[in-house]
Amino acid sequence: MLNRYPLWKNLLILLVLVVAGIYAAPNLFPEDYAVQISGSRAVHQVDENVMSNAVRALESDGITFKSSELENGAGMLRFSDGDTQLRARATLARALGENFVVAMNLAPTTPDWLTAIGAGPMKLGLDLRGGVHFLMEVDTVQAVSQRLEVYASDIRTTLREQRIRYRSVDLDESSGQLAARFADQESRDQALSRLRRDYSEFTFESTQVDDAFFLYVTLNEQTVREIEDYAIQQNLTTLRNRVNELGVAEPLVQRQGRNRIVVQLPGVQDAAAAKRVIGQTANLEFRLEATSDASRAATEVFEFRNDPNRRGTLERDIIITGSSVANANATFDENGMPQVSITLDARGGQMMSRVTRNAIQRRMAVVFVEHKTRTVIERVDGESVERRIPYTEKHLISLATIQSVLGNSFRITGLDSPRESSELALLLRAGALAAPIYFVEERTIGPSLGAANIEMGITSVKIGFALVLIFMILFYRAFGLIANIALTLNLVLMIAVMSLMSATLTLPGIAGIVLTVGMAVDANVLIFERIKEELRRGTPVQSAIHSGFSQAFSTILDANVTTFIAAIILFAMGTGPVKGFAVTLSVGIVTSMFAALVITRALVNLAYGGRKVQKLWL
Amino acid sequence: MIQFKRDFNFMGARKFAAAFSILLILISLGSLAINGLKFGLDFTGGSLVEVTYGNPVELEDVRASLRAEGYADAVVQTFGAANDILIRLGEAHDPQLGNTILSILQASTDDTVTLRRNEFVGSQVGEELREQGGLGLLVALAMVMLYLAFRFQFKFSVGAVLALAHDVILVLGFFSIFQIDFDLTVLAAALAVIGYSLNDTIVVYDRIRENFRILRVEEPIEVLNTSLNQTLSRTIVTSLTTMLVLVVLAMFGGEMIYGFSIALLVGVVVGTYSSIYVAGNILLMLKVSREDLIPPPPKEDIEVEEVP
Repeated sequence: MLNRYPLWKNLLILLVLVVAGIYAAPNLFPEDYAVQISGSRAVHQVDENVMSNAVRALESDGITFKSSELENGAGMLRFSDGDTQLRARATLARALGENFVVAMNLAPTTPDWLTAIGAGPMKLGLDLRGGVHFLMEVDTVQAVSQRLEVYASDIRTTLREQRIRYRSVDLDESSGQLAARFADQESRDQALSRLRRDYSEFTFESTQVDDAFFLYVTLNEQTVREIEDYAIQQNLTTLRNRVNELGVAEPLVQRQGRNRIVVQLPGVQDAAAAKRVIGQTANLEFRLEATSDASRAATEVFEFRNDPNRRGTLERDIIITGSSVANANATFDENGMPQVSITLDARGGQMMSRVTRNAIQRRMAVVFVEHKTRTVIERVDGESVERRIPYTEKHLISLATIQSVLGNSFRITGLDSPRESSELALLLRAGALAAPIYFVEERTIGPSLGAANIEMGITSVKIGFALVLIFMILFYRAFGLIANIALTLNLVLMIAVMSLMSATLTLPGIAGIVLTVGMAVDANVLIFERIKEELRRGTPVQSAIHSGFSQAFSTILDANVTTFIAAIILFAMGTGPVKGFAVTLSVGIVTSMFAALVITRALVNLAYGGRKVQKLWL
Repeated sequence: MIQFKRDFNFMGARKFAAAFSILLILISLGSLAINGLKFGLDFTGGSLVEVTYGNPVELEDVRASLRAEGYADAVVQTFGAANDILIRLGEAHDPQLGNTILSILQASTDDTVTLRRNEFVGSQVGEELREQGGLGLLVALAMVMLYLAFRFQFKFSVGAVLALAHDVILVLGFFSIFQIDFDLTVLAAALAVIGYSLNDTIVVYDRIRENFRILRVEEPIEVLNTSLNQTLSRTIVTSLTTMLVLVVLAMFGGEMIYGFSIALLVGVVVGTYSSIYVAGNILLMLKVSREDLIPPPPKEDIEVEEVP
């Protein structure tokens, strides 16, 4: 029969709408102001004891809380408003001490049965809830040249062991090559054949300048890429650890593009403090102290980090760098003296034992390398151009006697105080970064701005939506009403899909929703105009409805597909807020097509289908 | 029942419309060449601090206190409300700029000052974004052209893409002439304008295609006029509802998406105009005819395999 959907089709639509309603529902429950307690290190677990301490501290300060939970070694206390949350945080931080991290958070209040089926509210973007956003760039060039430095030491060792005489092996920073210099052609050729056998990752080139014989060593493209990837992976891991030390509730640390890392810390307000913790870019070099008969060309002098008057003379050869350090902890030895335990990765352990085997009773130094940048403004062609000049500062942080052959794990003892040991451990951990990172973008959004943005966004959605509804009823009357029901269901569908995707809602995202509301009307309008046209031509009501829908279909499809193309390109090219907009736009296109072609149709069918209708109220 | 008159001779004014469009494009391009776009922080790189005072303040006071501390190059403006102040600095002075500025301002007034937003974007990031954005626009245009050539016919895809280019140029021109901040959200809006205007053009083209097939009229001009009249009320209703929503967004959405709403608003107006005049006009110039839309008779397989 014309304009009747079979029962199963109506039921299916109803089912889709019920499911959408359920998954959209969590967004109706307001979030609680909460404080989250977690251990600052793995040894400090939050247990019943800690929680009862926390509760006691709150009670003695007269702060009331709504509930307290303990889950997966982290505690959560909920409060009724933001002010109480702030005061509670201060109280708890004082009461629990440094072993625990107390972070402010917004906790969802989704009922358990909804959580159980995987439903949850949309996440709010930084622009809506406040927080800090950093974009960091990993200096991969530096990472490669650091690795080349290690290779240079390796090559020197190999040549010495093979008794091949060489003048020097140096890194040429500008070309990214190692240049080995020899006195005669024979040693160079010997070196070439030896190194070829040992290293598959190099390409070699021999030249002769006057009476000096050079062997240029270049890393192949694949190895360079591996080093870069490794540098970014290691930076990601280190950044995650540091962010965890900050105790932020839902941090985001993610690679973006080839050499960038984006860090988002919702709820954090003190950007400067956050930056201090995550932005330290440092590296370590383990070197032997030079013997007194070493030539000046093979040694380097460094100041101590905490005492510029003290100096140490070290060999130029680097045993290992910070990238080999897996972990460093401040601990105490059997006699209760402070010490730092260091764990190296496998390769680092090998290098360490190879070098220390012949160096017992000599001293080993740890050099702390900090990569800093100065920003200078230069005038080029009358325009001021910002230039970042990177520079390095190297300081000694430890100089200790090697007591035995060192392997994968060893200890630095003879430290004066627990403070010194914990600082050294911190520096060692900080120095485990493989390559320097720079901040290229930073955004802090205050919580008041976030709240204002939400409010303004929701107000515009409400007003815009209401106006469209009124407009539609004025214009299309009964059909306008049907379109309005479809539009409302479209909004529910959109929110449900976005919640299911756990998409992040941003301010441009809200704008996207508002825009979709405006555009979702279009499909309905196209259909209704077609029906009107048919009626004007004198087509009977039922077939006018039928051909109205079928004729509008290809137009709607073409129009939406092309808009969808634009949305996908937005998503692919954009970052952050633009992506958020693209997501809502694409979701909106799909749901609004469903709403107009299926829901509106079903409603029209229910109202008019299979009945004798003389005149449409359109 | 609201009814629109349905016998406008749209294409009668096509010469005038063409001249008008060309004039607008020239003005836009001229302004873009001379004034350029007032790129926001996202694209130029630099620092930005937004603070709120308890009560409205004089901008001159804020400027003076910043100047006294050596931030003479700071651009100070209100942002939405009289007590909401936006301070821009050309480059990153130091990582703690936000807090530094905040303490300077706090020291110079008895009022309470709170930090709302503090942003720093490296100049290199901005440059990349500019390139990516431009590339995004071009890729979007190219993809759309392909889709239309496949679904309609080559002449239609040329018409639609030129109409789109027309719209994007006019929107950019508008931002250049009025020197409104062009930031990432505005770029998003410019891309959304492509989507919207396309929507409009497709609806009209769809009708034109249909009418070429069913109407027994030979004159393309008449086919176009009929099609435009038939889609007129839909064009008006959709444009009105979208504009309604955008006006609300511009009024209540807050300063951060103001540029976005304005860009889209301009885009919708221009897009509606262009889908009537530009898209149709170009079809006429390309001498669109019924033959273009009637599929050619299937070619006979004349390939003969040569046997050596």
